[in-house]
Amino acid sequence: MTVVAPARERDARRGGAGLGRGVLAAIAIAYVAILLLLPLIGIVWRAFQPGMSIVGETLSRPEVRHAFLLTGIITATTIVVTTAFGLVVAWVLVRQRFWGRALVNAVVDLPFALSPVTVGLAAVLLFGTGGWFADFLAARGIQVLFALPSMMLVTIFICIPFTIRELVPVLEEFGLEEEDAARTLGASIWQTFRHVTVPNIRWALLYGIALTTARSIGEIGAVLIVSGTIAGLTETATIYIFTALEERLVARAHVVALILALTSICVLVTIEWLHRRTEEARSNA
Amino acid sequence: MSTPIRVEGLTKRFGSFEAVRDVSFMAASGSITALLGPSGSGKSTVLRMIAGLERPTAGRIWLGEEELTAKSVQERAVGFVFQHYALFRHMSVAENVAFGLRVRKEERASRDARVAELLDLVQMTKFARRYPDQLSGGQRQRVALARALAPRPQVLLLDEPFGALDAKVRQDLRRWLDELHRELGVTSLLVTHDQEEALELANQVVVMHEGRVEQAGSPAEVYEQPATAFVAGFVGSANVLHGWVVDGHVHLGTFRVPGADHLEEGAAAAAFVRPHDVRISREETGVRGTIERIATLGWLARLSITLPGGETLVAHVPHEELDGAAEGDEIWADLRSPKAFGIEPAPVEPPGAVASDGAIPSGAPPM
Repeated sequence: MTVVAPARERDARRGGAGLGRGVLAAIAIAYVAILLLLPLIGIVWRAFQPGMSIVGETLSRPEVRHAFLLTGIITATTIVVTTAFGLVVAWVLVRQRFWGRALVNAVVDLPFALSPVTVGLAAVLLFGTGGWFADFLAARGIQVLFALPSMMLVTIFICIPFTIRELVPVLEEFGLEEEDAARTLGASIWQTFRHVTVPNIRWALLYGIALTTARSIGEIGAVLIVSGTIAGLTETATIYIFTALEERLVARAHVVALILALTSICVLVTIEWLHRRTEEARSNA
Repeated sequence: MSTPIRVEGLTKRFGSFEAVRDVSFMAASGSITALLGPSGSGKSTVLRMIAGLERPTAGRIWLGEEELTAKSVQERAVGFVFQHYALFRHMSVAENVAFGLRVRKEERASRDARVAELLDLVQMTKFARRYPDQLSGGQRQRVALARALAPRPQVLLLDEPFGALDAKVRQDLRRWLDELHRELGVTSLLVTHDQEEALELANQVVVMHEGRVEQAGSPAEVYEQPATAFVAGFVGSANVLHGWVVDGHVHLGTFRVPGADHLEEGAAAAAFVRPHDVRISREETGVRGTIERIATLGWLARLSITLPGGETLVAHVPHEELDGAAEGDEIWADLRSPKAFGIEPAPVEPPGAVASDGAIPSGAPPM
C-alpha cells in the first residue's frame, strides 16, 4: 500500500513540470554532446581519414612505441605511489586528530589549484642548474631533470588529490565501529585493514585509480617542461602528439590521441561495469 | 566458560576532561552486571576500557586471575556488542558470524558448524545469506550478538545494545537476551541508560554519575536503599522535597518526614519519596493536600496532589484505595519510607519538583 501512493505522486509531479524537465534534460544532453562527444568523434574521424593503414604505420614506429612505453611506466608508477600514500593520508586525515590537520587537508588540494606548467617550473627550480638539489644530485651522478625521474615526480604531484578525495568521504561515512568490532573479534590491524577497511573503500579506491590513470595519461604541461622533449628519449605519448602536430604529422597525432582517449574511457567503463555487477550480485543474494 | 571481571581504580582522562574517575567493581562469574547512568556518565568508556578499545589513564582490569590491563584488544577475547550493531556491511550474515573464527584460522568444518549453531541460537538461520542492510534493527542486533559469541568469549560486553531500537522490539529483545543468558551463563556487562532494562536484566546494578560509581548492588538494593541522592532520583521515579534537618527529621515547611538521623542538625536536606509510597486517607495522617488531577495508569491511579507550600506531590494509588476521592478533594497524604540525603545549600532542583514521573519504574530518564 505504501508503494502505490508515492509512485502516483511522482507521476503527478512529473506531468506538472514536464516541459521544464524536458528543457533541462535537453540542455544537459547538448552540453555533454557538444563538449565531450563531438571532439572525440572528431579525433576518430581525423585519425582514420587517411585510411586504416595509418594506424598500423603509426604504431609500428619506434618513437611512437617508446612514447607509449614511457607513458605506461609513468602512469604505473603514479598509480602505485598515489594509491599507497593516498590510503595513508586519507586514513590519517579521517581517523586522527592532530595539530595541522586542517593545513594538510588544504595542501592536498594544491595540485588542483596549480597550473601544471607552474608545477613543472617548480621542479626545474628544485632540480635544474643552480637549483636546491642540483649539486647534491650532480655529485652522485643522478639525472633527474630532462629524464624519467622528474617526469614521474611531477605526474605524481599532479595526481595526488584524486585518490585522497575519493577515499576521505567514504572513510568518514563508514566510521570506526566496524574496525573496532573486527579487533574485538580478534583480527590484527592488518586483518582488520584487509578484511574490513579495504572492502568498504574498494570502489572509492578504484575510482581514485581510474581518475589518476586518466589524468596521468593525459598530463602534458608539467611533463613537457621537465622532459626537455628529447625525441625518442623523454617523449611521452602526449608530448609525441604535441611535437607531431608541430611537424604537421596530423594523422599520426590523431591516432596516438585516439588510443589515449580510448584507454581512459576503457578504464572508467570497466570499473563502472564491475561495480554494477557486484551490486547486482549482492542484491540477488 | 564464564569468568568474573574485576576493575580497580579505573580512570580515564581525555585531555583535561575526566570521563571516568576511580571506578572499581566486580562482576560475578556468570552474572549480568548493568552499568547504569545518564549519557556522559562514563559508563561506555568503562566498557571500552575493559574491551581494550580505550587505554585507561590509571587502574587495573582482571578477567578471573588474569590481568588484562596491558593486553591488546585481540588478546582479551571479549565479545563486544555495539549500539549501532557495527556489522560488516559487505559480508553476509553467515560471514559476519564466521569472522571471529576466520581470523583465528579455525578449520572450515568446525567454523561452519559453529556458525550454524549460533544462527540457530539467535533464530537467524534462514537469513544466513542476507546482507546487513536487508535486515531490521532487531535482526541486526541478534546477528551482532551471534558474531560476538562465536569465538566463545569469556565475557560479553554490551554497549547500549537496544538503544537504537524502538520500544516494542527493545522489550522483546530484552526478554530474549534474558533467556539466552540463562542458557549460556556467560559473564555479561550491560551498559544502559534505561533503568527499567537494568533492573529487569541485571543481577547487579552499578549506578554511574559524572564518571564515578554512585552505588553498586542488587536491583532491589539500588531501588529500595539508594546510597546517594543521585541514585534515589535516577533509579525509579521519586518525589523530591527540599527542607532542612531538625531532630532527625526533614522539615518541609508545614510538615516533616523521618529518616534523617544520619544527617547533621540544621543541614539542608532532600527527602525522596516514591509515588507508590504515598498513601492517601480521609483520616488525619501526614500532610494535608488537594488532589489536582487524577490519571489512570491501568490498575493504578496517578494523583497530582498540591501541598500547602505549593509543591506538587505525585502518588500512585490502586483504584480501590481511592475511596471515592475526586479531583479537587482535600485529603491527607502519608509519606512512607522517605529517604533523606544531605544536599548542597543551593537546591539541585526546585523545591517540590518531581524527578520523573509515569509508570513505575519510568522509561528513559530525560537526556
